[in-house]
Amino acid sequence: MPVYSDKVMEHFMHPRNVGEIENPDGVGEVGNPICGDMMTFYIKVKDNRLADVKYKTFGCGAAIAVSSMVSEMAMGKTLDEALKITPRTVADELEGLPQNKFHCSNLGAQALHKAIQNYLGKKKGGK
Amino acid sequence: MRKVYLDNTAATPLLPEVREAMLPYLGEVFGNPSSLHDWGDKAREAVESARIQVAQLIGANPEEIIFTGSGTESNNLAIKGLALAQQGKGKHIVVSAIEHFSVLHPVQTLGKWGFEMTLVPVDKYGVVDPEAVRKSLRKDTVLVSIMQASGEVGSIEPIAEIGKITRERDITFHTDAVATAGTIPVDVNELGVDSLSLAGNQFYGPKGVGALWVRKGVRLMPFLEGGVQEGGRRAGTENIPAIVGLGKAAELARVNMPARMKQLIPLRDRLLTELPAKIDHVVVTGHLKQRLPGHASFCIEFIEGEAMLMLLNSQGVAVSSGSACTSRALKASHVLIAMGIPHALAQGSILFTLGRDNSAQDIDYVLEVMPPIVERLRQMSPLYAKFLKTGKGGK
Repeated sequence: MPVYSDKVMEHFMHPRNVGEIENPDGVGEVGNPICGDMMTFYIKVKDNRLADVKYKTFGCGAAIAVSSMVSEMAMGKTLDEALKITPRTVADELEGLPQNKFHCSNLGAQALHKAIQNYLGKKKGGK
Repeated sequence: MRKVYLDNTAATPLLPEVREAMLPYLGEVFGNPSSLHDWGDKAREAVESARIQVAQLIGANPEEIIFTGSGTESNNLAIKGLALAQQGKGKHIVVSAIEHFSVLHPVQTLGKWGFEMTLVPVDKYGVVDPEAVRKSLRKDTVLVSIMQASGEVGSIEPIAEIGKITRERDITFHTDAVATAGTIPVDVNELGVDSLSLAGNQFYGPKGVGALWVRKGVRLMPFLEGGVQEGGRRAGTENIPAIVGLGKAAELARVNMPARMKQLIPLRDRLLTELPAKIDHVVVTGHLKQRLPGHASFCIEFIEGEAMLMLLNSQGVAVSSGSACTSRALKASHVLIAMGIPHALAQGSILFTLGRDNSAQDIDYVLEVMPPIVERLRQMSPLYAKFLKTGKGGK
């Protein structure tokens, strides 16, 4: 029995929206290479919506699939909607993650939220 | 698509001759070796001839061989059994930092029962310094356990030199030879050890069977008690087909060893030299020369091992990794960390272990598919992006 769902494998083999955004409106970095996984999310915001979402990920198959799924789920959403994406909803969209990967590799939502908070912080500070 | 199996440290294919030897014991020969009739005699003869075959592989006496259920069981029995049998003499154990968990965890358990442990470090090649072992010995040291080679980084340890030291001090010396027995020449007397573990699935025998050799006169406390199978040192009705398979595999390994080493060493050396030549920022792990014949291991910078493993699998290549993400416990390999490899680099661990079915074409194929896989993962790695921007993080 394979460790990963077909959906995880599909996103791992064909990750969406990989890359960096030049002059992003927000950046969120989580994790560190010691615990295994590291993700950096970049966002572009237009009219309170995520006009573009990209990321770079160091990590296992699950970490890459999670990043790809989060970028897909977040794209075009309002900031409030994007902040409602959680590790649980990401894992559900991926048709499940192995138990031991749920916490360590499932950092995508956190990285995305950090990027949004980074954007909101900058806006508040009058940029 | 080409299929290339390079994970022989996890499992080797069962040789057809071994399977043939096992089949009667999964069929018409079903007796219990403890029975006193003809049915029992046939089963007992099979077990005893396997015992001779295994003894010959390691230069031992057949009556000193104990059949077990795995290399793990052999190590558990050795560590707990040898230490507990001598607890009246002392409660200090010396082991290397890179021992397999089937050695380290029993030692930790003994720690809860009043034993103390000293971990001997390794150098950057994963090699133990015999003088460090000597310095760690105490008056109350009752057991030293150092593996003969690490299945993770392939380095072969100076067991014979350590054996001289333990002899001088009259301290029991166990070696985990699971990675070496059947692969390179192993002789218990040349090594100067008192006990040694081996397992059949490392040399084209069946899984679920191993052996522990314990030198005559060395006391061992059994932990499976019941009947007097294996001289009372491991009770329980024997797994006869598996034991017969282990015996046959041991005999074939002994006969085929020189040819197999000759086949594997050049293939290994090609990987060790050509992979780092084709891909930047690759570190060979383990000793370059003092090394298992079919073993090539690396850390690839800026990317993670499981992702590499999965992409190689999608190209038909089977490998393993010591990265945190590939371990169930999600911890980086203690072997790589003990060698002083930083955590981030250890995450890029990848391990190619070659076997009898591998050819030069397999190596060509790996060298062809590997660079694009590394490039693809690096393109999405934030660590690689940082390195390109700052020039920092490069090894």
